[in-house]
Amino acid sequence: MSVPINDYVTLASVIFFIGVVGVIVRRNPLIMLMSVELMFNAANLLLIAYARLWLHNVGHIFAFIVITVAAAEAAIGLAIVVTTFRPEKYVDVDDIRRLHG
Amino acid sequence: MIAFWVLAAMLIASAVWTIVAKKPVYSVVALLLNFATLAVLYVTLSAEFLAVIQIIVYSGAILVLFVFVIALLGSGVAPFPTGPNRLPKIWLPAGLFTLAAFGFLIYAVSNVKMAAAPATGAVGNANVFGSVADFGKALFTVQLLPFEATGLVLMVAVIGVITLGGEQMSDAEAQQSRMRADRAVREAILREGKG
Repeated sequence: MSVPINDYVTLASVIFFIGVVGVIVRRNPLIMLMSVELMFNAANLLLIAYARLWLHNVGHIFAFIVITVAAAEAAIGLAIVVTTFRPEKYVDVDDIRRLHG
Repeated sequence: MIAFWVLAAMLIASAVWTIVAKKPVYSVVALLLNFATLAVLYVTLSAEFLAVIQIIVYSGAILVLFVFVIALLGSGVAPFPTGPNRLPKIWLPAGLFTLAAFGFLIYAVSNVKMAAAPATGAVGNANVFGSVADFGKALFTVQLLPFEATGLVLMVAVIGVITLGGEQMSDAEAQQSRMRADRAVREAILREGKG
């Protein structure tokens, strides 16, 4: 590996952090879900970089599972967004009062 | 080395664009750029199969799903109307805190002493590492249980989506649709007999 592993870790944490900021700051549920995808990808990048460092493909298997879980999460999350926000006037997570009882 | 820094800059820029874009469709485009760049980075890390999966699953399936939902919920090109902002106006301290935490994170990560890299081929074989054949062999032999678990995860997701999105029918409506289906089958059988 010509690039030191620390650089990969730094890059992955920067992308993860951007995803965290997106989830916290944005109020549009779709962009929040996209930020979650960013975080999944940061984790995947780390798994693959370390797999390359140790030349062992179990990291690849784990990244494969993460991709599957991300796909399932996106499908269910988007279904929830559609059923929740279709009757609403605003697409804004702050406006959802239905769970308050 | 240069390729890594170019890709890293593109990754960070597109990630920032994803979370600051006003219109959700622009976010999807930025995320597409991010995923494609990440796939190139995977190729440089000799993870061939995962680079392909990254393009097919993320760009091909997940992002199309996002685009469909944007089209379902609104016009897509215009920013979605959001309600009144209920956050207290503390963005300055919040931003400063975020920057401090971010700086600390970067400092910590880039200074931590990582485990030393093993000598080449210490664990695996550098010649076959990351090839599709290598990955497939591991997936279907040693790592079969995680592979089966992903199947279970996907099935649970499918059932969940059907439960969430399926229409709720009342008993009378269900009875009616059953009778309609029965009649259609009977008529089809009669038609077949005549022909």
